[in-house]
Amino acid sequence: MSIIETVTPNQLTAADVEAQLRGFIVDNFFVEDELDARESLTDAGVIDSTGVLEVVSWIEDTFSVVVPDADILPDNLDSIARIVGYVMGIAGA
Amino acid sequence: MAPHHHRTMSDSLVVSAEAHPDKEVVVVGGTERYTYGRLHDTALRTARLLQDHGVQRGDRVVVFADNSWACVASIFGTWLAGAVVVVVNAQTKADKLAYLLADSDAKVMVTEAKLARVFRPVVGTLPILCAGKAPEGTVELGEALAAVEPKPAPHGCVATDLAAFIYTSGSTGEPKGVVMTHQNMTFTVASLIEYLRLGPDERIINLLPLAFDYGLYQLLMTVRLGATLVLEAGFGFPEVIRRRLRDEQVTVVPGVPTVFATLLAGDQTPYLSVRRVTNTAAALSPELIPRLAALFPEALIYKMYGLTECKRVLYLEPEQLAVRPASVGKAIPGTEVFLLSPDGAPVPAGEAGILHVRGPHVMVGYWNKPEQTAQMIKPGRFPGDRILCAQDWFKMDEEGYLYFLGRSDDIIKSRGEKVSPVEVENALYGLTDVREAAVIGVEDPVLGQAIRAYVALEAGSALTAADIRRHCQGCLENYMVPAEVVILEELPKTDTGKIRKKGLLEEQA
Repeated sequence: MSIIETVTPNQLTAADVEAQLRGFIVDNFFVEDELDARESLTDAGVIDSTGVLEVVSWIEDTFSVVVPDADILPDNLDSIARIVGYVMGIAGA
Repeated sequence: MAPHHHRTMSDSLVVSAEAHPDKEVVVVGGTERYTYGRLHDTALRTARLLQDHGVQRGDRVVVFADNSWACVASIFGTWLAGAVVVVVNAQTKADKLAYLLADSDAKVMVTEAKLARVFRPVVGTLPILCAGKAPEGTVELGEALAAVEPKPAPHGCVATDLAAFIYTSGSTGEPKGVVMTHQNMTFTVASLIEYLRLGPDERIINLLPLAFDYGLYQLLMTVRLGATLVLEAGFGFPEVIRRRLRDEQVTVVPGVPTVFATLLAGDQTPYLSVRRVTNTAAALSPELIPRLAALFPEALIYKMYGLTECKRVLYLEPEQLAVRPASVGKAIPGTEVFLLSPDGAPVPAGEAGILHVRGPHVMVGYWNKPEQTAQMIKPGRFPGDRILCAQDWFKMDEEGYLYFLGRSDDIIKSRGEKVSPVEVENALYGLTDVREAAVIGVEDPVLGQAIRAYVALEAGSALTAADIRRHCQGCLENYMVPAEVVILEELPKTDTGKIRKKGLLEEQA
C-alpha cells in the first residue's frame, strides 16, 4: 500500500509544521543545541532582523500564503511554538 | 551635591537625576520603565559592586549585553567606578568575545543569562556579573546589587582619563579598540546636541546596538539632556517599531538606510510626533529623501557622516537638504575638516582629496595597536596637535560643503555596520574544505552593501553554500554573515597569484 506523501494545507498538522520548521532552521541557521519550542529565537541569537525575513519567506514559500507586514511580530514568529501556531492559523484552517 | 560641569561621563547622570529624579530616562521594549532616580541608584550600586570585585580607576569592564536595562545601568555604573566601559554587541560569538576580553584586558564582565552559551566556554576565571538566571560560577547581578550600598569609593578620575573602548572592524581583520577619554566624549555629546537642536523633552528611539557608537550616543545625549530613551533590541520586527514610534510619541529617529528602507516598505501613515530624523553609517540615497520627508512631515532630516575614531565628522544642516541633496555637509560644531592629497598637499575646491579631521573628538588611538594608530593619527600644527586621517575620499564645493566619493580601503558597509572582508575570509578558511575565499560587498537596496563570498573548495568536497553560511553564523556576528555564497572551481588571480577581487565582480556582471 502506498503512502500519500503530498501534504495539502487542510491536512497540515502542528507536528508536520514543527518538523519542517526545525529542518529549515537547522539547514539555514547555526544551532548548537536542540532548541526548546518556547525559547525566543532572537534572544537565543538564532535569528536576527534578516533572519526574521528569511523565516517569513520560508513560511510564504512552503505554505503558499502571504504574511502581511502587520503579522511580522514577536508574538507570531519569535519561537518555534509561535511560528507553528501562526502557520496553523494562517495555512491550516 | 550635583556637579555643574560635565567633566566625566557620569556627571550628566548625577545632574539629571538631581534635577528630575522621577522623570523617565529609559523605556525598554515598550514595557519596562525606569526613572533617572532609579538609574542613578542602580549605577551607584553597580559601581560599588564592580569595586568590590577589584575594579579600580582605569580598569576595563566589558558589558556584553543586548540593548537592555542591565546594559544601560552598567555603562554608567562603570563610569561611577572610575573604570573604562567596553560594550560588546550581543551578537558576538565565542571566539571573538575571547579576543575582545583579552585585548581589552577586562577585569570584570557584566552580561545576561541568555548569552551564557556564548560566554561560558571562554571566560575562564574572569568575574562575571550576570543579569537574569545566573549560571553556576557567576554572580547574579540583581541580587548582588540589592545587597550593596549605592556608595562607590571616590575614584579620582579627571576629564583626560579613559572612558570607553569602542571596537570597530579594521581592514586587517582584527577588531581595533578605539580609545576615548571622558573629554572626547563629553565634548562630542554636546556638539551633537547643538547641531541637532535637541531639548529636554525629546523622546529618542534607539534601535541600534549600544555597542555601536551611533547607538551608544543616543543614550549619552538622552542623559545629558535629561530626556527619555525608547530602547529597542533591534528592528527585526518592523511592526513593533511602527507601534513604538506612535505609542511612545517618539521625537527623534536615528537610523541607518536599512532602517529607513524597512520602514518605507510598510504602512506609510505619517509619524507626526517626530521632529528629527538622522542618518549615518551609510549614504541615504537621494530617492529615499522625499519619501522620508513624507513619512516624517514635521521632522528636520539630517544626513551625517562619521567614523568611530572620532564618533562624528560631518552633518548637513537640514535646510540645505533640498539645495545640496548629495552633500554630507560640514564639520560638526567645535571641529575642523580639510582635504589633503595622498602626499599631504592641500586640495583645491572641486577636486578629490582624503578627509582629515581636527578637534577634541579625535580618539586617543587604538588600544595596543601603535602602528595602526600611526596610520590614522598624524602630527598637527604644533607639539601635541593631532590630525585624524579618515581614509575616505571626498570633494569640497566652493562653499565648503563636502561630498563623499569612496573609501580608500576595501571595508564593506552592510546595514550601516563596518565589515572587514578579511575577518569574513578568515571565518571561511576555518572550514578545512575551503581552499580559496574572497569576500566583497555588492550594492543592495536595503542593506546598502550585501556581503557576497566566493569560495573554491578542495577536490571532492561536498560542502554546499548553505553549509558555508551556517558555519559563518557560528563564528561571526549576524551582520557579517555572507548573504550569498558563490562556489567556483577557482578564483581569478593576479600575475603574482593574489586573488583578484575586481575580476570577481566583472565575471559576475
